[in-house]
Amino acid sequence: MSSLQDVNPTVRSIRATTSLQGLAACVTEEIARGAKKPFQQVIDVSSGDPHRAGMAPMSFVRQVLAACIYPELLKDKSLPLDAIQRAQTLLGACSGGSVGSYSVTPPGIPYILKSVAEFIMRRDGGVNSNPEDIIFSSGSQKALSLVLHLMASGQGETRTGVLTPMPCPHTLPTLLDMSGVTLVPYQLTEERGWAVDLDELHRALKTAQGRCSPRAIYISNPGNPTGHVQDRKSIETVISFAATEGLVLLTEEVYQDSVYGKGRDFISYKRVLSEMGKDYSETVELVSLHSISSACMGECGLRGAYIEVINMEPAVMKYLREMHASSSPPVLSQLALEVMVNPPTPGDPSYKTYSQEILHSLTTLSHNAQRACEFLNVLPGMNCQPAMGGVFLYPRLHLPPQMVEEAQMLGVEADVLYCQRLLEEEGVCLGAGCENGQESPNYHIRLCVLAPPDTLEEMLARLSSFHLRLLDRFP
Amino acid sequence: MNHGTALLWKRRALSSLSATRRGLPKEKMSENGVSSRAKVLTIDTMNPTVKKVEYAVRGPIVQRALELERELSQGMKKPFVEVIKANIGDAHAMGQQPITFFRQVLALCSYPELLNDTTFPEDAKSRARRILQSCGGYSMGSYSASQGIESVRQDVARYIERRDDGVPCDPDDIYLTTGASDGIVTVLKLLVCGEGAARTGVMISIPQYPLYSAALAELSAVQINYYLNEETCWSMDISELQRALDEARRHCNPRALCIINPGNPTGQVQSRQCIEDVIRFAAKERLFLMADEVYQDNVYADSCKFHSFKKVLFDMGPEYSNTVELVSFHSTSKCYMGECGFRGGYMEIINMDDEVKAQLTKLVSVRLCPPVPGQALMDLVVNPPQTGEPSYDKFIKERTATLSALAEKATLTEQVLNTVQGISCNPVQGAMYSFPRITIPEKAIKEATDNGQQPDMFYCMKLLEETGICLVPGSGFGQKDGTYHFRMTILPPKDKLTILLNKVKEFHQKFTQQYS
Repeated sequence: MSSLQDVNPTVRSIRATTSLQGLAACVTEEIARGAKKPFQQVIDVSSGDPHRAGMAPMSFVRQVLAACIYPELLKDKSLPLDAIQRAQTLLGACSGGSVGSYSVTPPGIPYILKSVAEFIMRRDGGVNSNPEDIIFSSGSQKALSLVLHLMASGQGETRTGVLTPMPCPHTLPTLLDMSGVTLVPYQLTEERGWAVDLDELHRALKTAQGRCSPRAIYISNPGNPTGHVQDRKSIETVISFAATEGLVLLTEEVYQDSVYGKGRDFISYKRVLSEMGKDYSETVELVSLHSISSACMGECGLRGAYIEVINMEPAVMKYLREMHASSSPPVLSQLALEVMVNPPTPGDPSYKTYSQEILHSLTTLSHNAQRACEFLNVLPGMNCQPAMGGVFLYPRLHLPPQMVEEAQMLGVEADVLYCQRLLEEEGVCLGAGCENGQESPNYHIRLCVLAPPDTLEEMLARLSSFHLRLLDRFP
Repeated sequence: MNHGTALLWKRRALSSLSATRRGLPKEKMSENGVSSRAKVLTIDTMNPTVKKVEYAVRGPIVQRALELERELSQGMKKPFVEVIKANIGDAHAMGQQPITFFRQVLALCSYPELLNDTTFPEDAKSRARRILQSCGGYSMGSYSASQGIESVRQDVARYIERRDDGVPCDPDDIYLTTGASDGIVTVLKLLVCGEGAARTGVMISIPQYPLYSAALAELSAVQINYYLNEETCWSMDISELQRALDEARRHCNPRALCIINPGNPTGQVQSRQCIEDVIRFAAKERLFLMADEVYQDNVYADSCKFHSFKKVLFDMGPEYSNTVELVSFHSTSKCYMGECGFRGGYMEIINMDDEVKAQLTKLVSVRLCPPVPGQALMDLVVNPPQTGEPSYDKFIKERTATLSALAEKATLTEQVLNTVQGISCNPVQGAMYSFPRITIPEKAIKEATDNGQQPDMFYCMKLLEETGICLVPGSGFGQKDGTYHFRMTILPPKDKLTILLNKVKEFHQKFTQQYS
């Protein structure tokens, strides 16, 4: 029988994750089977999963999907006319007029690749976007893994390194491990709302000497989990750094639709790059990523993302486009993506509802972020940087030393222990900062604030109750 | 000077120093003195294993087919009015209809407001409610657990138990996947280790479905070819397995044996005896069995029956059923569903070491979760309408119609191709393809080789240009040296298939004449 020694060393090297979400699922299961708990149900806000928290999907998106799945609905009078027309158009773009076929080409359905390119051009004030530079996949993890796999080479000091922000998305460290590349951490500056610091980028790069060969820098904007939104100057700094240090830029821009901070706007890396002069715009290798797991769509479970690849060597790009030839991105998620980049416009029957739903989402998010930040900042031993975008808050925990010791004895990180206890006692599941790459004594928790306001209030009440009890126990 | 250029000049001193120190290619100066940066990611710096990967089913011949389609639509004159794509196992693309019940439930799950719509049958509604109940926030847009929605895994386990006459199945052994390909690649990734002569070797049948060779090339695993026997309807021959294994042991560490049953591209359905023999062989040689059973409902020949590897394993008693490591794969893409676009699938893991299984669980969690609609569809496939339910009759009618149409086309294909001198076609016992052997005249072989082309690629390209029919050359799947084949699907609607077969016949006769 195969044993642990027979397992791929790369797989073995994937770091273990905390089992917080699994635990939350178990507790939910126990409650369903009638177990008595100090709470009615579990509130899980550890992932950027708005639907789980109770936010509704966009009606137009789901109407179009339903009609595409079951074309009998194209005759249904209860569906808005523009949803029906969109469904008809999209079905026409599918082989055999069915969402059950493979995409015509491996990177995705050509009509939708074109829609995405047009969206990008509109978004970036006319900067050209070529459908041939776009590749769809089943989620941003998959999309990133393709690019990382393409870049993974070397061993020891020639092993590909990726500069990674601390904190980073909680799903990124394991992805880097699986891809066989080395995580080279660069610290974001908490006191300045988690801004990027150029000196820190240089310092991080130096630490890689002799350990690995950095070939890429990853950054998310708006930041996951920090909520920091970069201004133009900051983006230029990162681009320039990547250019001069010979790094491919990997930018995750999933929350581009959710900037609520005052005086801040989302500008895409591609746009800034295009406005930095030919020396940059025609040379810097940039891969930018977007997905339907965005704040307003929240369609995490459908698994759909795209990458746009700029300035990659054509011969290498050819390999990237063919890399997942033997698989195919799911069709429904491509359809949802098309609606996301090409929503109803003024005059369309669904425009009013669509814009109301978007506004509702953004208002809820903005309001919740502010409310939660204020609330948490009042709690002793908790300190929260205000976020400007994205769906998370990422407060710092100042934990009593006794708790840190207890955690050490139990062999877990203190922020994990905090989250475990919180789950057991109050039925709230948050993320622990160590999942986002933070190391002790930097303890943080991560919470998704895109939820119905009632749910948020309930969650905050339970969290506060737990937190104050904890501090009471260790005065 | 704009801000960007200022930054560039400012960093230039630092950059050339640090870049050189890090061994980067120096900046190139173009003619007007403006430096042009060398690319970071080049053919030389990229992952070398990616360069080794080919996937014939979507390869150059398909790209040419798409080009021809474009040219036709632009009004160019061709010797044909349409391109017939008989290269890929995509049933819906060829006009096969989806199962109404499945699409109704999925539509209801997508837009639950439709639960108030009286045009949907009650059983579809209750199924949708049940699925939505198992989704976070009652929405398919929520992430699921990475191993898959628990209630779906339970339903899959029950399906397997029913299929295998009560052989127990533990839902914990079920992993939902993004199509079967995802599962296959994941398990291969898990198993590949070692260096040099200790490198993992994986046995695959020749001819094979190129997903396997592509995955093995990417993982730098050693591909161990065992030949199926064309003379005996592509059966597996234990002595051939032994030969391949013994030879492979000299340069690698053979760890796994992959079987596709029913077969792709060959269409054979292995006999129960054969499966037993393979299990015995795997037990003796301590090989991990990977059974790709995605075509399990596609069995046409009266003399054939699908036997699941698991059932046979358990029938062989505890000496085998407690020890032989087996993974079996299934998906929503084939059989009577043909729902490739949903990316639904599962794998069942049997007798895997607990620690190894924990590594597998960890590995699948990295990509978060499989698409929820695909999981929902898998749930319906393993849990279809039952007798007495409102949708039962229609479901049975549709399923029977699809499967019998395929059976008819399987027979038709074999019959017509066997009337052609120089084409020899084994019975299409199952799956969705025919893999006939073709005789290519010496002159044509020479012309092909002079052009640096495989003779069967040369043949298929000519076929495409002259008739608009897109097939995949046998060289993409592997074949015995000196033999040539092509793979065609039996998926086009019967009338189109008939035209296709006759055109292939005509072409072959002309081609043989031309190069005699």
